[in-house]
Amino acid sequence: MTVSRFCHPRLLALATTGCLAFGTAQAQISDDVVKIGVLSDMSSLYSDIGGKGSVIAAQMAVKDFGGKVAGKPIEIISADHLNKADVGSAIARQWIDQDKVDAIVDVPTSSVALAVQDVTKEKGKVFLMSGPASSDLTGKACSPTGVHWTYDTYALAHGTGGALVKQGGDTWFFLTADYAFGHALENDTSAVVKAAGGKVLGSVNVPLNNADFSSFLLQAQSSKAKVIGLANAGGDTVNSIKQASEFGIVTGGQRLAGLLVFISDVNSLGLQTAQGLVLTEAFYWDQNDETRAWAKRFIAETGKVPTMVQAGVYGAVIHYLKAIEAAKSDEGKTVVAKMREIPINDFMTKNGKLREDGRVVRDMYLFQVKAPGESKYQYDYYKQLATIPAEEAYRPLSESACPLVKKG
Amino acid sequence: MDSVSAAIVARSENRLLSGNRLAIVLVALALAAPFGLYPVFLMKALCFALFACAFNLLIGYVGLLSFGHAAFFGAAGYVAAHSAKVWGLPPELAILLGTAASALLGLVFGALAIRRQGIYFAMVTLALSQMLFFYALQAPFTHGEDGIQAVPRGTLLGVVDLNEPLAMYYFVLAIFLLGFFIIYRAIHSPFGQVMKAIRENEPRAISLGYKTDQYKLVAFVLSAALAGLAGGTKSIVFQLASLTDVTWQMSGEVVLMTLLGGLGTVLGPVVGAFIVIAMENYLAQYGSWVTIIQGVIFVLCVLTFRRGVVGEIQHLLRRRNGPPGLDGPAST
Amino acid sequence: MFELLGIPPQALFGQLLLGLINGAFYAMLSLGLAVIFGLLNIINFTHGAQYMMGAFCAWFLLNLLGVGYWPSLIIVPLIVGAFGILLERAFLRWMYKLDRLYGLLLTFGLALIIEGLFRQGYGSSGQPYAIPAQLTGGQNLGFMFLPNYRAWVIVASIIVCFGTWYLIERTKLGSYLRAATENAALVQAFGINVPRMVTLTYGFGVGLAALAGVMAAPIYQVSPLMGSNIIIVVFAVVVIGGMGSIMGAIISGFGLGIVEGLTKVFYPEASSTVIFVIMAIVLLIKPAGLFGRAN
Repeated sequence: MTVSRFCHPRLLALATTGCLAFGTAQAQISDDVVKIGVLSDMSSLYSDIGGKGSVIAAQMAVKDFGGKVAGKPIEIISADHLNKADVGSAIARQWIDQDKVDAIVDVPTSSVALAVQDVTKEKGKVFLMSGPASSDLTGKACSPTGVHWTYDTYALAHGTGGALVKQGGDTWFFLTADYAFGHALENDTSAVVKAAGGKVLGSVNVPLNNADFSSFLLQAQSSKAKVIGLANAGGDTVNSIKQASEFGIVTGGQRLAGLLVFISDVNSLGLQTAQGLVLTEAFYWDQNDETRAWAKRFIAETGKVPTMVQAGVYGAVIHYLKAIEAAKSDEGKTVVAKMREIPINDFMTKNGKLREDGRVVRDMYLFQVKAPGESKYQYDYYKQLATIPAEEAYRPLSESACPLVKKG
Repeated sequence: MDSVSAAIVARSENRLLSGNRLAIVLVALALAAPFGLYPVFLMKALCFALFACAFNLLIGYVGLLSFGHAAFFGAAGYVAAHSAKVWGLPPELAILLGTAASALLGLVFGALAIRRQGIYFAMVTLALSQMLFFYALQAPFTHGEDGIQAVPRGTLLGVVDLNEPLAMYYFVLAIFLLGFFIIYRAIHSPFGQVMKAIRENEPRAISLGYKTDQYKLVAFVLSAALAGLAGGTKSIVFQLASLTDVTWQMSGEVVLMTLLGGLGTVLGPVVGAFIVIAMENYLAQYGSWVTIIQGVIFVLCVLTFRRGVVGEIQHLLRRRNGPPGLDGPAST
Repeated sequence: MFELLGIPPQALFGQLLLGLINGAFYAMLSLGLAVIFGLLNIINFTHGAQYMMGAFCAWFLLNLLGVGYWPSLIIVPLIVGAFGILLERAFLRWMYKLDRLYGLLLTFGLALIIEGLFRQGYGSSGQPYAIPAQLTGGQNLGFMFLPNYRAWVIVASIIVCFGTWYLIERTKLGSYLRAATENAALVQAFGINVPRMVTLTYGFGVGLAALAGVMAAPIYQVSPLMGSNIIIVVFAVVVIGGMGSIMGAIISGFGLGIVEGLTKVFYPEASSTVIFVIMAIVLLIKPAGLFGRAN
């Protein structure tokens, strides 16, 4: 029956102190195990971006690290937050209160991530975010133990907006998902476009889950803008790209800029449809020997090409374990402080840095999706157009709304 | 878990069913529960139990299947969360305001929906709640996909700090019992009798001189308000209000809880809510299998188990102990 | 040049045409619902899932067996329709003597299972299905660029809709169906196998949903969630039209598609809710629906 978690909180507390008392003097690892919880969307909209792939990436990281940190075993557990903020925050609470989880990883969907951020902040546990997009997570909702690892809306908007204007795409029209996320993406991007000397000719607010984009694409087409910015996500993006190809938008000379597109989306669209799409990512598997080597292992495990979110989960877990090794402790704030000290270097990040607002800054890349004829082998999808240096890619600390920054 | 123990108690000592002793045992169990079970889980289950009871008031006693009850649950959550976070209202007022908002919404939806019956009623409520979903998605105060986050739990009546898990739990329990009592009274009042009459034979109720539409509307508003009470409380417990609670999937979930526990039984929705929430909690690592299992339960309930858990137990007890001929052969 | 609220008439005409294309899907889906409801008294909540299955089935045929779009138009409705018949025999037939609401709940449960299984197997980002080679490209109509495929969708769906209408309202088979709707016992007494007719009708309605799915596959991404998004709108269409007549379902489907299309031009933010608003208004004025019979 459901009475499987019959634990008295006070008994557990006693057990914990007991463990601490008997723990080795140099390594302060609570209850003698480092437990990492991968909380992701396993079944719904974002399951292809994070999902099971994120769990496998975390397991790969633990294996590569040798299975032990500071002499103690590492354990991975996982759960599905069903894209529901209340489910996510309940699991996070239960993991921390009952299962003694030390760090929570991934958590796509901003609403769930914001809720989990509240819980981890309150409990002082580490939160390694790879999946969520909202730049608020290191802005007004920042946390001393929250680490936003892979990307955020600001970086995507700035990367794509800024770099495209430099390449001559100086007039824009936006298809904007009509809710806070879409508007934020549009505003961020149009600010960059204008700052770079471009012009925004117009925009149209599209309701969520609207399957038919033809009407909006027609409006975008007749605006004669050089770039059509897709300020939407998930199924909406996929459908708008697919129908843009049907209506001959790209062949007609306009460019499509996806502001939140992942390689899994390109994979599911196919190159024929997605060709010419411009997008920003933190990682592409075919960038260099290191990324290729890692991706090969990932594909062998999952049969799917890794997204930047899954790659980020691997990198974040490795860095987290490195910091525990160095700090000889798994206490939240201590570990995150150590994570800030150590520069981030792995297969996808060179000289990355964790800032005090929780933002990891690293180079981002602008890619264009290849035409079917240019693709030589499986998953040969992108050609790199530009590198966006770390200092330009992310919101500068001087503009940050994070209270932790102002104090310091 | 108290609901399951309730079932066991009911099976072994069925005479308790008739008296108040069952109620006393259940309340005692509920009071002791947070020392054995995880309080956050219990609070969530209680909120959903109240939600399911409110829903059951319509389907079980008036025979109206609403497929849009998430609208009331979620809307109250948004109003309560907004008033607690932005306007700084204390939790009890925030929840009340949420409840009032849902009652008002229920009045509007109800006035439209009761113009049709049966299946149409279900589709109309579904469509109306979908409309509210889109409103919640686009309105600025709901913060779209992010939802209203970091809602303060505050201090109850300025005295009790609700950040204390036990205090929060007993507050939720009190709200649940209050809501449950209101529903119980409504069912067992003359008003409740008229509702049942409408369910059994509406034309006859009309011919007896009852203005059935008014009765239905009152029942609808009451149900909406109580669903709102549950939703508002939930947003204070979880300190957030999000789109999840206004989606049609949530409406489906509350139907499932009630169906599984037993349509038209007093305790059924409570049992159903505990089972469904426990499933969601403990099966979380199995991902989309949760949806599939929910679907299977739906199908099984409808095909073989229409009385639901509590309904079947009551039926068994009555057959074993009741005077012969009272219940007769199972007629469904 | 005269403009209507800032929209040039050519653009408006283009949008009307696009609305009509969306309306074609609403019409085909609400038609299937109406046919099933007419005889089985069941609101088929699985309809969205069956529409999705149609699209997936076409995708399977293409990618596993190399069967293209055109044969799929025939094969897929048969396969999914046969699946529907299985569902009817295994589950739905137990519902006929019960309150109609149980039928709704049962089909809702089935929809959850089907969508869950597809999600488990194929993730959520969906699969691509290319437009058939004969219909790629498009025509420049002067006022808009009309992809050939969309033009085909309008033509095909109008044929399917009016074919169904003819079958039910003008043929002998259809008259049996309509008679069985009114009084099944009497029709049975005339020596017609009503249960079999019910089964086949359900298969036919499901086949219509699957056909809509095949036609939608090249336009939308083939994804497990595609059905659940559209089914609620179709429910609203059905409430507006009323379940009284086949023609009602067809006209309200196309009509609401056009209304939605116009909303996308004048006030795009409301385009997802406009059908629900119309539904509320219709309920106030004519509770039985525009083409429904008050009971």
